[in-house]
Amino acid sequence: MKIRSTRRLRRGAAALTGVLALGLALSACSSAGGSAETGNADDIAKALDTETTITVWAWAPAVEQIAKDFEKEHPKITVKVVNAGTGNDQYVKLQNAIKAGSGAPDVAQIEYYALPQFALSDSLVDLKGFGFDSFADKYTDSTWNSVSLNDGVYALPQDSGPMALFYNKAVFDQYGIAVPTTWDEYVAAAKQLHAADPTKYITNDTGDAGFTTSMIWQAGGQPYKTEKSTDVSINLQDEGSKKFADTWSQLVEGGLVSPITSWSDEWYKGLGDGSIATLTIGAWMPGNLESGVAQASGDWRVAPMPTWEKGQAASAENGGGGDAILKQSKNKLAAAGFLQYMNEGDGTQTSIAKGGFPSTVADLNNDSFLNYESPYFGGQKINQVLVQSSKDVVKGWQYLPFQVYSNSIFNDTVGKSYADKSDLNTGLEAWQKATADYGNEQGFTVKTGN
Amino acid sequence: MTTVSQDPPRAVAPRLGRGSASQKAKRDWTGWKFIGPFMLIFAFVLVAPVVYSIYLSFFKDQLVGGNSFVGFANYIQVLGDSKFWESLGRVSIFLVVQVPIMLLLALFAALAIDSARLHFPAFFRIGIFLPYAVPAVVATLMWGFMYGIRFGLVANINDFFGISLPDPLSNEWVLASIGNIVTWEFVGYNMLLFYAALRVIPTDLYEAAELDGANHLRIIRNIKLPALRPAIVIGTIFSIIGSFQLFNEPNILKPLAKNTIVTSFTPNMYAYNLSFSGQQYNYAATIAIVMGVATAVIALVVQNRGSRKEV
Repeated sequence: MKIRSTRRLRRGAAALTGVLALGLALSACSSAGGSAETGNADDIAKALDTETTITVWAWAPAVEQIAKDFEKEHPKITVKVVNAGTGNDQYVKLQNAIKAGSGAPDVAQIEYYALPQFALSDSLVDLKGFGFDSFADKYTDSTWNSVSLNDGVYALPQDSGPMALFYNKAVFDQYGIAVPTTWDEYVAAAKQLHAADPTKYITNDTGDAGFTTSMIWQAGGQPYKTEKSTDVSINLQDEGSKKFADTWSQLVEGGLVSPITSWSDEWYKGLGDGSIATLTIGAWMPGNLESGVAQASGDWRVAPMPTWEKGQAASAENGGGGDAILKQSKNKLAAAGFLQYMNEGDGTQTSIAKGGFPSTVADLNNDSFLNYESPYFGGQKINQVLVQSSKDVVKGWQYLPFQVYSNSIFNDTVGKSYADKSDLNTGLEAWQKATADYGNEQGFTVKTGN
Repeated sequence: MTTVSQDPPRAVAPRLGRGSASQKAKRDWTGWKFIGPFMLIFAFVLVAPVVYSIYLSFFKDQLVGGNSFVGFANYIQVLGDSKFWESLGRVSIFLVVQVPIMLLLALFAALAIDSARLHFPAFFRIGIFLPYAVPAVVATLMWGFMYGIRFGLVANINDFFGISLPDPLSNEWVLASIGNIVTWEFVGYNMLLFYAALRVIPTDLYEAAELDGANHLRIIRNIKLPALRPAIVIGTIFSIIGSFQLFNEPNILKPLAKNTIVTSFTPNMYAYNLSFSGQQYNYAATIAIVMGVATAVIALVVQNRGSRKEV
């Protein structure tokens, strides 16, 4: 209940840091060298041979190890890896540091959905200046498309999350239900399963912005368009959005999805005991299942994401992200060197070894990767399904330049539809309005509807 | 500060001439030196942040277009902001329902312990006060687990008795559930406040009342309650401030009830989310100031009414 006083303190501190930042900014002018925003491979190599400390904000488990390996290779560089929170928590801190004018790291992990917010607000360095645009062919189309914004390249992809249907085969076998290949079949399977055993649900869903946008993406919706970085249009009632909402509403209205929130203890329990029978989620999920739901080892399998038109493969990205260099950084060249090592060089292998799903084409098509038989999934070659999904990602998707905030109010609006078990279209319209209001409030020109 | 402003400017009042000059030379600064350290800290941790918030509230910093002076535009926007009024309405309902219940419970507990009819009064005193010593975060997490309809106490009760209690975290019940947590936390604190006030009543008043043949209810009505009035006013003011600043409990329950506890559930949550996830620091500052003023006004009214009745 004491939030008011702490907030006041914080504001006071913000004022102080503001003053300090000004001082730092003034003194920074006199130091030159590593802060250049452009440079070729030689410049980067030179910077890596100079005593430098760079700070990296990341929560991906592999980064700690990558930093150690990098320091071994470049003994003059010290890499400080800071876990400033996962996802939104970190973005809040990052945004505050950007606003304060100091305190931001040199390199930060940013998910694809959040990247436009930081890139379009001119907080990130365009990596074209280091010639990183030549790496385009090394990454999957969808991930490269996600980091290419406004003719610039604002991050190097680290992992990706092409979606697939993870299902509990034991449950499907027990009730003689066929694995759905279309969303209509999926709804039918949901009804069949819940009727056979009311404690079992096809999946859990309490309203998740990331899942919803990915589903709309797969359905061919393109609700967000940004032009000239400030002209935004939002239409969460376009064909794809409606297609998703109409179908998914059947599950929500019928009480056919388990009202358990993802990543809660209950959720892991439900995944283990069969009461949550499927997950439509990114390709980074296997590691989480292995560690979080060990008791169901052998029960789960991976199938392609159900589609809207039978036989027409389509998928979307769900989660995943890259790493970017902040404009605030005073060691941009060294940061670029580390970034390249982490997401283009040897670091990629460490990421994969730690359970990240690669975004690099060479690693995706690597034979031993493709033919890996996962014991958890009963010996299934799961990567074949997942890699195929990465090739089937629907093109043309864009996120908003203020997606982070928009996602944070998803449950204020669409959440109502979930709470009342009512039509998701109503919720999506409310979300669209609240998001547009925010955009206009922040100086964007936001058009809604068609 | 008042002495400074009372000092007539020399240019305006030349008639006072030498008299005022010598008066000025004699001014004693000892008092200021004593309160100086306090004033310095006071200025830094209280005055400066408030002034800075007021300053912020006159600007608007946008992701596109940068910072600009907007005068009272933020204040006008707050007055027309349905989310703000909704959140204010919510804490107002909370205030008029939860605070009386909590204070009556506290009053009852204080009178019971003071009545000397309980065995082990110290045990009850500590027992009722103990929840106040539990940090609000821990208390809320604990209650959050109990409220669970699939895994918590509510689930167990449902299973055991074969009934189906309403979901404490559903739209209809969530405010009452939060009220229950806050009551649990703060009954003990208010009880202690009242109990302390009861202990300072001179015992000869009771003796006199008994000689006059007054029974216990009579003693409570004519001696204890009037003596408690200042404590009740204080307790009410604290509770009003607490209700308007409601933040911890809903914010911690939010992950368990993300579709019912919206980001603008209470004015403080609204301001918090605006500034920390929406980067609308200026607007958040405006809401904080409006709420601060509203709280001060209501607290003042209660205090005036409370002390007027006393006369």
